[in-house]
Amino acid sequence: MSELQRNTPASRVAGWVTDNLVTVIFLAFTLIGFAVSNMSFSWFLGELTGRIYRNGFLVLSLIIPVIAGLGLNFGIVVGAMAGQIAIVFIRYYNIGGTGGILLAALLATPLAILFGWATGKLYNKTRGQEMIASLIVGYFANGLYQFLFLFAVGVIVKVPSDHPLIKPDGIGVRSTVDLGMAKDGGLKYSLDYIWRVDFLTGVIVIAAAILALQLFRLLRKNAREKAAGKGVAILNIVLSAAVIAVAVYSRIARNSLTTVAKVPVVTVLLIAGLCVFIELILRTKLGQDFKAVGQSQHISEVSGINVDRTRIIAVIISTVLAAWGQVIFIQNVGTLNTYNAHTQVGMFAVASILVGGASTSKATVKQALVGMVLFNAMFIMSPEVGQAVFGQPLLGEYFRTFMVYGVIGFALGLYVWKSNRRNKLTI
Amino acid sequence: MEEKKLTVNGLVRRIGLPTIIIGLFFAFVLVSAGFLGLSVPTLLSDTVRRAGMNGILVLAMLPSIQSGTGPNFALPIGVECGLFGIVCAIEMGCTGWGWFGVSILLGIAFAIAAGYLYGILLNAVKGSEMTIATYTGFSIVAFMCLIWLTVPFTSPHMGWFIGNGLRETIQLDSLNAAMLLNNLWGFNIGPDFFFPTGMILFFLLFCGIVWLFFRSKHGIAISAVGASNAFANASGLNINRSRILANVLSTILGAIGIVVYSQSYGYAQLYNAPLTMAFAAVAAILIGGATASRAKVSHVIIGVFLFQGLLTSAMPVANRVFAGTDLSEIMRMMIQNGIILYALTQVSKGGKSA
Amino acid sequence: MSENLLEFKNISKSFYGNQVLKDINMTVRRGEVHALIGENGAGKSTLMNILFGMSAIHETGGFEGEVLIEGKNLNIKSPHEAMAAGIGMVHQEFMLIPGFTITENIKLNREITKDNPVSKLLGKRLESLDYKQMNEDAQAALKTLDMDIESYTMVAGLPVGHMQFIEIAREIDKQGIKLLVFDEPTAVLADSEAQNLLKAIRRLAGMGIGIIFISHRLEEIVEVADTVTILRDGQHVETKPISETNAAEIARLMIGRAVTLDRDEAEARKLSDEVELSIRGLQVNMPGERVKGVDLEVHKGEILGIGGLAGQGKLGIANGIMGIYPAKGTVTFRGKELPLSSPKNVIQSGVAFVSEDRKGVGLLLDESIEMNICITAMQNQNRFLKSFGPLKMKDTAKIHAHAEEMIKELDIRCTSSQQNTGSLSGGNQQKVCVARALTQKPELLLVSEPTRGIDIGAKKLILDLLKKLNREQGMTIVMTSSELAELRSICDRIAIICDGKVAGILDPTDSDEKFGLVMSGVKLGEEKEGA
Repeated sequence: MSELQRNTPASRVAGWVTDNLVTVIFLAFTLIGFAVSNMSFSWFLGELTGRIYRNGFLVLSLIIPVIAGLGLNFGIVVGAMAGQIAIVFIRYYNIGGTGGILLAALLATPLAILFGWATGKLYNKTRGQEMIASLIVGYFANGLYQFLFLFAVGVIVKVPSDHPLIKPDGIGVRSTVDLGMAKDGGLKYSLDYIWRVDFLTGVIVIAAAILALQLFRLLRKNAREKAAGKGVAILNIVLSAAVIAVAVYSRIARNSLTTVAKVPVVTVLLIAGLCVFIELILRTKLGQDFKAVGQSQHISEVSGINVDRTRIIAVIISTVLAAWGQVIFIQNVGTLNTYNAHTQVGMFAVASILVGGASTSKATVKQALVGMVLFNAMFIMSPEVGQAVFGQPLLGEYFRTFMVYGVIGFALGLYVWKSNRRNKLTI
Repeated sequence: MEEKKLTVNGLVRRIGLPTIIIGLFFAFVLVSAGFLGLSVPTLLSDTVRRAGMNGILVLAMLPSIQSGTGPNFALPIGVECGLFGIVCAIEMGCTGWGWFGVSILLGIAFAIAAGYLYGILLNAVKGSEMTIATYTGFSIVAFMCLIWLTVPFTSPHMGWFIGNGLRETIQLDSLNAAMLLNNLWGFNIGPDFFFPTGMILFFLLFCGIVWLFFRSKHGIAISAVGASNAFANASGLNINRSRILANVLSTILGAIGIVVYSQSYGYAQLYNAPLTMAFAAVAAILIGGATASRAKVSHVIIGVFLFQGLLTSAMPVANRVFAGTDLSEIMRMMIQNGIILYALTQVSKGGKSA
Repeated sequence: MSENLLEFKNISKSFYGNQVLKDINMTVRRGEVHALIGENGAGKSTLMNILFGMSAIHETGGFEGEVLIEGKNLNIKSPHEAMAAGIGMVHQEFMLIPGFTITENIKLNREITKDNPVSKLLGKRLESLDYKQMNEDAQAALKTLDMDIESYTMVAGLPVGHMQFIEIAREIDKQGIKLLVFDEPTAVLADSEAQNLLKAIRRLAGMGIGIIFISHRLEEIVEVADTVTILRDGQHVETKPISETNAAEIARLMIGRAVTLDRDEAEARKLSDEVELSIRGLQVNMPGERVKGVDLEVHKGEILGIGGLAGQGKLGIANGIMGIYPAKGTVTFRGKELPLSSPKNVIQSGVAFVSEDRKGVGLLLDESIEMNICITAMQNQNRFLKSFGPLKMKDTAKIHAHAEEMIKELDIRCTSSQQNTGSLSGGNQQKVCVARALTQKPELLLVSEPTRGIDIGAKKLILDLLKKLNREQGMTIVMTSSELAELRSICDRIAIICDGKVAGILDPTDSDEKFGLVMSGVKLGEEKEGA
């Protein structure tokens, strides 16, 4: 019966839609958004890419814990704190520029390893409840973080009260800290502005790279894999070619796409590098262990894999990546909201990856990338839609919050519901 | 010697280590307050008031814990029902006790409907209730923000001075609704200690109702379902129905709880205020000695007094010792979330099941 | 000497003073298929745990005697060391990760890796997987077993027979495998798959690998094994070349009457012809205890025993009737059809159930004895309640009185009726379970494994109690048990379940041989001439 149903094209489409319901909803929202608001496409693209450069690294940091069976790690907030501690440190000593940002990333690393190890330990003790534990551990760590920056700095460690980083009464770090432009020895854009190319050039290069990669794969694959992935590969090739064509045309025609903000090459390379890193690590022994532990802790344990240690390593990797991600985020924003910048990081990243179709047990680089685009599109679009439809941008902002919370609840719920139904005994 | 040690251990196990630690800490803070020259009666007065204010919200955790769905992290659902009841009552022009009664009745009505739907949701996501409950609660709060902004209510007590929608905080004293319960039969002991008799009695009344409920046929069924699904199923109990009933009850208590909270506070807070209310309530019942799967009315009463007492008295003490810092808020975050994490580590003792 | 691959010498083992193995001697030669047979609890698993150095053995004080591998005492302390010594196990439950390919499963945690620049810096765990080499190895192992399947196929969705072969392929892919243990390998397989497996086992033996074949299927043992060792109650009964014995003899040796819980009255009772419970085509999906079509009639006033080996489905019958696991078929109780998905309805019809899973299903461990005794009757029959208008409150006084009565009647040893059942001993817990069932005033009592995990004195009490209920109150009882002796001591008839079906209904006074053969799935008619 079910075999039969699966074979009709209409039911196959229906099946795909229900499997990817969250993604479809967001795609629809984006399209409707374009229809109702009079947003210019080039402005939208600029906003969208800007947000992706800023957040991409953080979203990708979620993938490995999912594969290792820990679910979505809301606790990357802790990694973000490590990044911010490092930023405050270099800002305190007035180290800026590219060297400064690299030093921040370097300093953040051991902190993040320590934090990741601790949270990993905790997740091993809260097995089966990792997600709620990761959410709460973020709140808990926030208490420690505030203790550090509101109390320890000033009361325990004496600091000069005239330092621009410190509150006027000499206790605690200010809640907003201007980091200064990179060219003036500050941190803002210290990665982004190392090398920028204009948007269309960037698009052409990326599309060409995808094109080359797909062709390479198509030629290298053996007969079996070729049959399976051929359709997708050809689709990708056609799409990349089309994008290149549009970009070249826009360039010649000098239409509005030429006005889209420039591409920060180093940041993009870092994000791309992370994508490659994740793909590569999954092909190592460690990656294989992540996958095995993620699918069955019991079988892995019996086969001699150290399950607890493997899980902790996964959390450490995630936390370190989140720390670097937050450093990238802050250098782009240019001001440090000491007590707010990190709090939403976990939630936004989780929402993004869920929108891309990931679940608590499956996440891929592709899903992260798709999710980033659609989630950020919703983020940009919401106030515009609120303005256009209801004449109230505030409504759009509340709607946006609703979508963030809602997508997490809905996607997680849908997943559990499906798996409960699958696991139910029947006769 | 040996025997004495055993009984001490037994006592610690019976009361629960976290309860003892927090209790001792609370006592320590009170003693330090005395030495620092702070008015201990004032602190105790605040403690009693805040415990009464939050009590029913904490009580709302009990049915859901007993039914096995875990602490009700979706408490905001009940809270929003109560708030909507409050807002409707104001729009209907109710004031004073009328406002209080109508708010509660409407709140209960909304809570029954919302709790029922929420119970169905929880039955669909067995095994991951806590995470999904949290985000369901968050979503409802965000959704209600849209409602507050667009609801076409016209009462001058609630609207913005310009534009549509309701205010973030609605003052209740202009409706003669602030401190209604607090002042009912309230009395002073000395200059600094005020006992809000009405509110405390109201809280204890609901504790009694819940206590009685869990001695009734349906209450016993809920406890059995929460203790063991396998047992309940084999004993002919309707698991899903019990879980729904428990969460309806929890949601109702959330709705009543926020009305009591608001009248004592003097304001009804809309928009994002209810977002994190669940965590404080969860922490309180855990501090009282409950676990994520078992709770008693005594845990609610002990927990809410200890937790709220600690929060109210720690602030002036911390401010006195370390002037200019907000140590008490930091402490709240760490205690509140620390106790929840502790409870989570006790949920399953690290079984590596597939 | 080197012919002897494995030698167990005078192996004894006790758990907390309870001797489970006594002076076991057994030898496996190169290329030999050595069958090991015994009832549940005979000591087969303990012996294998000793061989594999499982922590369950070492944490309980080790064992006496010697395990020699190729004449050397290797003193194996962990499964890992056993693996290094060339000993492999094909598990009954598959240790396969469904989302992995066949290759990935065969090479699980033994992946072949190549170093790369990063791994040189950060350690071996970051070496890349050599998929090509892994696939070749896996394919070679599959070929040894004559399996024609591509090694990159995903395991999820493969037929069980294939999965079993992948497990075996994993073992033979290990370097220097010398000895392979098969633990009930055919239990989950269809007949044709089982035949393939037996062929593969012979082929492996032909390659010089020693095989320990644990099975209860006598026909298979006779077909595939060279030698058979029979254990009973932790003792070594016999080791014989298969050519010198037959299924009937093995069956007799396996069952033997160790403890004689003798029947008081030898003569058969006159049973009523009235059918109390009729079961037609019952299928139950209880994991590990599937029922695949049972027809059975229970007569009024009798004690019907349901026996059989673990995993054959005997436990599924009562669970299916109660509606605890999904079930299909027709169950008629006193002429009325019972709904199969509603425990409430079944209980209200007058059927009570004492579960085999005392701690998981039978009791609320954190509740008082009195609540445990009364809750089912309260919830399904509205007893022990006081009404206050629409509100039904528990009637504490009534509950207390009833519990005290039960405690006295069943001699439940406790400090008070308020004590939590979790702190009672196994026997007393079981009595609480029975008390709860009796409180429902049932007309039919289903009891599963009533004596599991309780000491011998308490066993007798429980069995006497069941008998008393039957004789004095005329209660119809269906008792499911793995212990044949206790079934034979009190039941009027015993239905033996094999492979989810009734293999035969025997008289308790029938011979050991007959019981052994029926339990092992041998059709009685055809075996007669062999014996």
